Amino acid sequence: MASHEHYYVPAQSKWPIVATLGLLITVYGLGTWFNDLKAAREASHGPLIFFVGALFIAYMLFGWFGAVIREGRAGLYSPQMDRSFRWGMTWFIFSEVMFFAAFFGALFYIRMWSGPWLGGEGSKGVAHMLWPNFQYTWPLLHTPDPKLFPPPKAVIDPWHLPLLNTVLLVTSSFTVTFAHHALKRGDRRKLKAWLGATVLLGACFLALQVTEYVEAYHELGLTLGSGIYGATFFMLTGFHGAHVTIGALMLGIMLVRIQRGHFDAHQHFGFEAASWYWHFVDVVWVCLFVFVYVL
Amino acid sequence: MSAVIEPGHTEAAHDHAHGPARGLSRWLLTTNHKDIGTLYLWFSFCMFLLGGSMAMVIRAELFQPGLQIVEPAFFNQMTTMHGLVMVFGAVMPAFVGLANWMIPLMIGAPDMALPRMNNFSFWLLPAAFGLLVSTLFTAGGGPNFGWTFYAPLSTTYAPESVTYFIFAIHLMGISSIMGAINVVATVLNLRAPGMTLMKMPLFCWTWLITAFLLIAVMPVLAGVVTMMLMDIHFGTSFFNAAGGGDPVLFQHVFWFFGHPEVYIMILPAFGAVSSIIPTFSRKPLFGYTSMVYATASIAFLSFIVWAHHMFVVGVPLVGELFFMYATMLIAVPTGVKVFNWVSTMWQGSLTFETPMLFAVAFVILFTIGGFSGLMLAIAPADFQYHDTYFVVAHFHYVLVPGAIFGIFASAYYWLPKWTGHMYDETLGRLHFWLSFVGMNVAFFPMHFVGLAGMPRRIPDYNLQFADFNMVSSIGAFTFGATQLLFLFIVIKCIRGGRPAPAKPWDGAHGLEWTVPSPAPYHTFSTPPELPVEERQP
Repeated sequence: MASHEHYYVPAQSKWPIVATLGLLITVYGLGTWFNDLKAAREASHGPLIFFVGALFIAYMLFGWFGAVIREGRAGLYSPQMDRSFRWGMTWFIFSEVMFFAAFFGALFYIRMWSGPWLGGEGSKGVAHMLWPNFQYTWPLLHTPDPKLFPPPKAVIDPWHLPLLNTVLLVTSSFTVTFAHHALKRGDRRKLKAWLGATVLLGACFLALQVTEYVEAYHELGLTLGSGIYGATFFMLTGFHGAHVTIGALMLGIMLVRIQRGHFDAHQHFGFEAASWYWHFVDVVWVCLFVFVYVL
Repeated sequence: MSAVIEPGHTEAAHDHAHGPARGLSRWLLTTNHKDIGTLYLWFSFCMFLLGGSMAMVIRAELFQPGLQIVEPAFFNQMTTMHGLVMVFGAVMPAFVGLANWMIPLMIGAPDMALPRMNNFSFWLLPAAFGLLVSTLFTAGGGPNFGWTFYAPLSTTYAPESVTYFIFAIHLMGISSIMGAINVVATVLNLRAPGMTLMKMPLFCWTWLITAFLLIAVMPVLAGVVTMMLMDIHFGTSFFNAAGGGDPVLFQHVFWFFGHPEVYIMILPAFGAVSSIIPTFSRKPLFGYTSMVYATASIAFLSFIVWAHHMFVVGVPLVGELFFMYATMLIAVPTGVKVFNWVSTMWQGSLTFETPMLFAVAFVILFTIGGFSGLMLAIAPADFQYHDTYFVVAHFHYVLVPGAIFGIFASAYYWLPKWTGHMYDETLGRLHFWLSFVGMNVAFFPMHFVGLAGMPRRIPDYNLQFADFNMVSSIGAFTFGATQLLFLFIVIKCIRGGRPAPAKPWDGAHGLEWTVPSPAPYHTFSTPPELPVEERQP
């Protein structure tokens, strides 16, 4: 552990406070906005407050990451610091895995247990007496109370857009790995090409996902409010889509940094962290494809 | 993001060669683990007093049967906020504060691994609790659905403030996850040469495992409040059977978070007590290795027992049996720990300074809480105990003389290191005895009224419970008022007192006692040599 001698401890920083203020203002704005929408109050300040908070967060992200990038390029980070970043990113991704696990767990619970019980099956099938006409099927094309939760006419066919999206994302996991190998060989031209291709594939994925949502809402009647199928479908795919957006942004920023000459064959953790995140997003999609669309 | 390297503009230009900044900016902008630890500890104490005041309102209302002091609606807000403030505002931040102060000192690290993120973790907490507590003053009132916020009480029937409550929980979760990531990175990456994992003080081990639990379950909590948000505002039906969802789903997801959460609140206390008991027994900890494995086993089991909170909601028989037996298994590693603490004291040269008093009371009273937990784990018996004051007695026995006595013991143990002064031993012991008596008088009778059928979270009760409730309230008032004495002792210790040597406890071991008292602003900027005694396994 020879690298122990100079662990970099930054001096005072304003970014944590800016970040805290940004998050607080953002969530206060969102909460006010949502409450005003629900109570049908006009002239809500919520959107404005939310927007101000979002500006704070954007300022913080640029400033904080900018500081870290400058410090890294100034050579202040030892190999030991690098390991701290690696542990940090690893455990952050693990926390994201657990976030998705909560929604997958909800899906499995509904499909394995509470759904069939509501339809009258099994030891807890007594719940059936609540809606005696309800029959449980999956996908759920009949809800217990269709007035409150109008069911969808049909659900998304997995073998069209979702299959294409699977191909896109899986391919992008390969292209980002090719980019990494190019970076390690010092081949900047191929690095830019492969990384650009990855971002492009991510953008195509998102565009198709939007198309799919439009189709779901306008043609199939599959919405957030169309019962538990729509709820789990949109929560899982929606949060995944949000993560793809974040991942594509991260990779896009890496592309900009590479254009500016950042990273070399040995020092490129920023790039690696973004690519780890991208692989994580990809794995989540494969699980989604199997458990949400196909099965 | 400039590509040009501007060394003059990096925050690194100052590095960390000097002492604290002056004024408020020291605390707002700090990256120093000791400053951040101090902030956490003071924040935690403020929340402890706030949550305690709410408990005083509850006990005042329950002093006599009938409704006398507060409206039932406000009583509900008090029980809810008392739980939330104590769990997320008092106990968890106190342990993060102790981790911040002590882990770098214990493993010979210059600071926490990611110092700026460390400050971010802290400042999110005042923001989150500001948001949460402010809802008490809004038109519809604050959260009133219990700290476990079961749907549909917290969705369909919730006051408007639930939206802010959800976002406050999100902020607390972000704070906890970042704090936990920092602990993991610090423990795994910043240990001094020679400080192998199995030589770390047990506090570092229990915190490492706690941090893992936090990273694993706080996102699940975020998931469940997000489902609530969607059910309330965007028409989903996760917790509404009319759309094919299930209110019980809420309980499963919540308790998948909630059960590991109770170990998050106790494992760091296990670690601290495992430092304190050997010190005042003047013997090494008995069974260090088994302590590590027992802690890991408890953490593993905590993931597969959650439905023991839900025996009466309609879990299939196989589930009831599985969760009953899995829960009982936890008694095995916990028994290992209690056995080791007792064996550490066995034939030791015991002295009973204040940290040791709290630590010994911890072992005895936490064990009582563990036994009532075993009673609750028996599914058929739990049908009787569920939602009675017996449950309240159980978890207050593990949280007050467990988590909170662990925090008090730690505070007295390390106050000389933090302040450079010895605390007033006489007052410390007075604080202990008043807390010990007050706490037992408050919570022990709750076992009896619970077994006799008094339901929890209700502002009124049957006349037959009147005497025990009055006793409970008197104990609670005693315990509550005593904590002002603790505040006085801490302030007195900061302002002066007998100067503390580097190692104020003659039986103490560990790197934290090799630095002067008070610990300098920066310690171990280069990693230390381990003391000879620490090099032996």
